[in-house]
Amino acid sequence: MASHTAELDSKTLWGGKISPFSTSYGKLMMWFFLVSDALTFGGLLIAYGFTRHDCTEAWPIGEQTFNSLPFLGHGYPLIYVALMTFILIISSVTMVLAVEAGHRMDRKGVTKWMIATIIGGFFFVGSQAWEWYHFIHGSEFGKVELADGSVAIVRGHFGEIQNFTVIEAGKHHKKNEVITKDLMHTFQHAAAAGHISNGVITLHDGSKATIKKAPDHDLTLIIKKSGGKNKASLAKRNITGPKAKKLYYEAIYSGEANRVIYGANLKQNEYGPQQYAQFFFFITGFHGFHVFSGVVINIIICLGVVAGTYHKRGHYEMVEKTGLYWHFVDLVWVFVFTFFYLI
Amino acid sequence: MERDDLIEYSLDAHHSEEKGLEIRKKIYKVTILLTLVTVVEVFLGAIIKQDASIWPLVKWSFVALTILKAGYIVMVFMHLGDERPWLRYVILVPYFIFILYLIFIALWEAVAIKGVLNLFH
Repeated sequence: MASHTAELDSKTLWGGKISPFSTSYGKLMMWFFLVSDALTFGGLLIAYGFTRHDCTEAWPIGEQTFNSLPFLGHGYPLIYVALMTFILIISSVTMVLAVEAGHRMDRKGVTKWMIATIIGGFFFVGSQAWEWYHFIHGSEFGKVELADGSVAIVRGHFGEIQNFTVIEAGKHHKKNEVITKDLMHTFQHAAAAGHISNGVITLHDGSKATIKKAPDHDLTLIIKKSGGKNKASLAKRNITGPKAKKLYYEAIYSGEANRVIYGANLKQNEYGPQQYAQFFFFITGFHGFHVFSGVVINIIICLGVVAGTYHKRGHYEMVEKTGLYWHFVDLVWVFVFTFFYLI
Repeated sequence: MERDDLIEYSLDAHHSEEKGLEIRKKIYKVTILLTLVTVVEVFLGAIIKQDASIWPLVKWSFVALTILKAGYIVMVFMHLGDERPWLRYVILVPYFIFILYLIFIALWEAVAIKGVLNLFH
């Protein structure tokens, strides 16, 4: 056996300065890592599809779940995710421009484009943080269980809560006191816990108060799960007008706990089946972690570029390898965008 | 001291200014294309509801457009299109074999489970 090996020409071996596929060792290993990581994400998205197919409840629709913009409120279906996608695509472009500048040994160009990529990455991570915050925090209306047991999500413009007027004193609040602070939080907390009945809210200290609230506009109930007379046909059965208002406030002013759910956590969510929130947290979280690691790696490599490490080496292959990882992050997002938000 | 035992692989790591100009032109073209495809996707998603009769067509066109976008990212941005053909096959063929198999078993199982759920529902 040993004599056999000795007969081999060193040039056909990996250590013989012949690189397989004319690619460097580092680049090839980066590609192999990306293939395995792509299989992980592929597996996650296929598991998502599997769960969605076998779910007996109506699955949430992206444009109904993600329809908010920072500072502008609700009513902008998918615009925010589209913006995130665009940011990531652009940062992928700046990265490929950095690689291109590296091939021309243009150190200034590489630095410029890498800084642009890092800024894009930070914007994306920040956007994702905002989206998570919004997803966890939930909408102003929440998801309600109606009188007949059917479950509905609510769309429309929530009328602002103006104040609470105490009608029965508790530990802290006196009678006729007008409370104007922390109204929305108190209201949602009380509604979810069943502390509001017939328009009278029981506060934390045991005092009772009436609620002064501006009227809601365009209130629409979208039935997600049928509970009898409100038969749900594939997530689409809308109730509007005074009937919607009556059914909604009947539920949240019922004095019963858990008739309304706001936001999402790992035990319950207002958007749909529980697996949906679990997949949202895991898939977008795992991707967000990749973006974050990518930004950190980009910063380290960018420092190397500024210090001239790669210029002295004679080639900018490190930038190319980081670039591969960064494009991969963009690639995964293209799929998450389609399968999680669009379909 | 010059060492010759260090292997500095840097094949295809350089190109000229003129070639650079050409490459950048291609990058900008692909950028515009990816942006347009994303805009079309969001537009379609916003105007066509999931209970519309045309929805299945829209859904499959989303899948097709996604694969188109992925193709451009992998082939142009990640330069897989510029690598040696065998490297391309080594990366893509095993991936597609595994993923298509996974899609196949997931679909098969999901349809079977759905059938059982419907039977006892």
